[in-house]
Amino acid sequence: MAARDFWRRHENLYFAITNKKVIFGVVIFLSIMALSIVGPMITPYDYEEFAGPGYQRPSKTHWFGTTIMGRDVFTQVVYGLRSTLLVGFLAGTIASAIGLVVGFVSGFFSGRAPDEGLMMLTNMFMVLPSLALLIILSAYLPYRGIVTQSLIVAATAWPWTARAVRSQTLSLKSQEFVNLSRISAAPTFRIIREDIAANMFSYVFMVYILQFNGTILSSVGLEFLGLGPTRGISLGLVLQNAVNWNALHLGMWWWTIIPGLILTMLIVSLYFINTGLDEVFNPRLREL
Amino acid sequence: MGRYLSKKVLIYLITFFFAVTLNWAVPRFAPGDPISMLLSRFVVLEGGRDILESFFVKTFGLDQPLLQQYFGFWRSLFRGDLGISISQYPKPVLSIIRDAIIYDIIILVPAIVLSWIIGNKLGAFSGVSKKADNFLMPVFYFLTSSPYFWFALLVSYLLGIVLGIFPTSHAYSATMRPGWNLAFIADFFMHWFMPFLTLFLVQLGGWAIGMRNMIIYETNTNYAKYMESLGARERLIRRYGFRNGILPQVTGLAISLGTVVSGAVLTQMVFSYPGLGYLMVQAIKQNDYFLIQGCFLFLIIMVLLANFTVDIIYMFIDPRVRHSYSGEV
Repeated sequence: MAARDFWRRHENLYFAITNKKVIFGVVIFLSIMALSIVGPMITPYDYEEFAGPGYQRPSKTHWFGTTIMGRDVFTQVVYGLRSTLLVGFLAGTIASAIGLVVGFVSGFFSGRAPDEGLMMLTNMFMVLPSLALLIILSAYLPYRGIVTQSLIVAATAWPWTARAVRSQTLSLKSQEFVNLSRISAAPTFRIIREDIAANMFSYVFMVYILQFNGTILSSVGLEFLGLGPTRGISLGLVLQNAVNWNALHLGMWWWTIIPGLILTMLIVSLYFINTGLDEVFNPRLREL
Repeated sequence: MGRYLSKKVLIYLITFFFAVTLNWAVPRFAPGDPISMLLSRFVVLEGGRDILESFFVKTFGLDQPLLQQYFGFWRSLFRGDLGISISQYPKPVLSIIRDAIIYDIIILVPAIVLSWIIGNKLGAFSGVSKKADNFLMPVFYFLTSSPYFWFALLVSYLLGIVLGIFPTSHAYSATMRPGWNLAFIADFFMHWFMPFLTLFLVQLGGWAIGMRNMIIYETNTNYAKYMESLGARERLIRRYGFRNGILPQVTGLAISLGTVVSGAVLTQMVFSYPGLGYLMVQAIKQNDYFLIQGCFLFLIIMVLLANFTVDIIYMFIDPRVRHSYSGEV
């Protein structure tokens, strides 16, 4: 009886953990997270160490093979994954936060000066090709850490979130319960917090997933061009090295294909979670 | 209609203004003193450091107050003077860019247009057929999740190295002389194919997913249900759904242009395809500072023009904009 009550009250949770897409996504996502956490502990090598003979195919001693210089690809991938996930997490959070605040404010004051100004800024950032902007910023910063990189990436990632949140706020604002709060003279901040923000939680969560994906993709792109963090290793850097050493022409698929495949699977898994959650939160999509 | 366009144009002009200002400001205020870095590079060329220094002071107008430097920057921009390349001294930046930009256009335009059309068709198909959906959706998700450069590597490995069909780098073979003969065009096509395919496939996934969701949403709307209850054929309902779904996809096209151009930069790196992106990264490696600025500027102009084109197309296909402009929702 108690269990039934619990599920009745947490209906969304029930649909979330029984949704095939969510399960599939969560399993892959957690395994990759586990890889980035456990990997550096179980590997006997360091990512810069010459771990064995070069040009080794994947084997028992070198799970993902070795690079041309004899570095262990598995070690490089798990360390790189850590850094890439960290940048994605930081940049995704910052970009979501900026997008949310701008979208909220703009939607709430729609048609008035703050809205006009913020939307102008948003549209401007939207048309700027982000990578070109990132390149020009990174190129002139000789020393870049993970935090700097996250800030640069986030600075170009937020605009679509702002637009989406704004239109979501606009549609929520015209709901009747918001009008009711307004008639009963509730303070503006309370309306935002209790009526609008509370109803946008699911939406915000999905926005965050997409931002995480987008920022990981753009930061890996920067790393691939050699404009990532100046120290340490990252997935993009592993791939850049592979390309610089002409790994493909030497037939070393394990050096180029595997690191990218893991990254792609990470992003695929998050998309699956996102789509699955969409079905959970919008019952209309469920039957399909 | 006029208001719609003028508002868009205003945003583009402001963006352009911002980009140029950024282009001017970043090297002047960035840490690491790019200009002295430049000087040290120039010294190895023939001529003394003193002459070079005065040349630089003049080019950058460093002896003038900041505001004057800024206006000077705009003046030379409108004269089409983007400076002289250092890595390809003494070629002017503008002529280098003119040679490179054609490679961007020939891979970007077909890839964007074709992936949009085919992606929408495939997505609509996937939205109505459950069987196809189960197979196609994971593929679409895989495509849209792939980083451009990794997908380029994958394509290059499979088609270029394992199968050995296409050459893996440059725009044409070193032995070829550019010209309008069949041999050169065939060679050019073979080199063009893989960068194009990469951009085409990665974008395809995103369009297909978008259209699939739109179709599913549209077939659940009241008007679709009403039509169904009137006994309209399923194909007709689907066609209406498709037409409604197209509009957000056009908006999406405008939003995605920046990302696609970024993707092209990375793809060109993998295939050593000599477009603007490749040029820009080479310029960064060689600290060729005028060339970086020029590439940045032209990438932005390209995106702005493409956005403008999409806006005009949107105006023609959305009756609401065509008849009156009532602001965005």
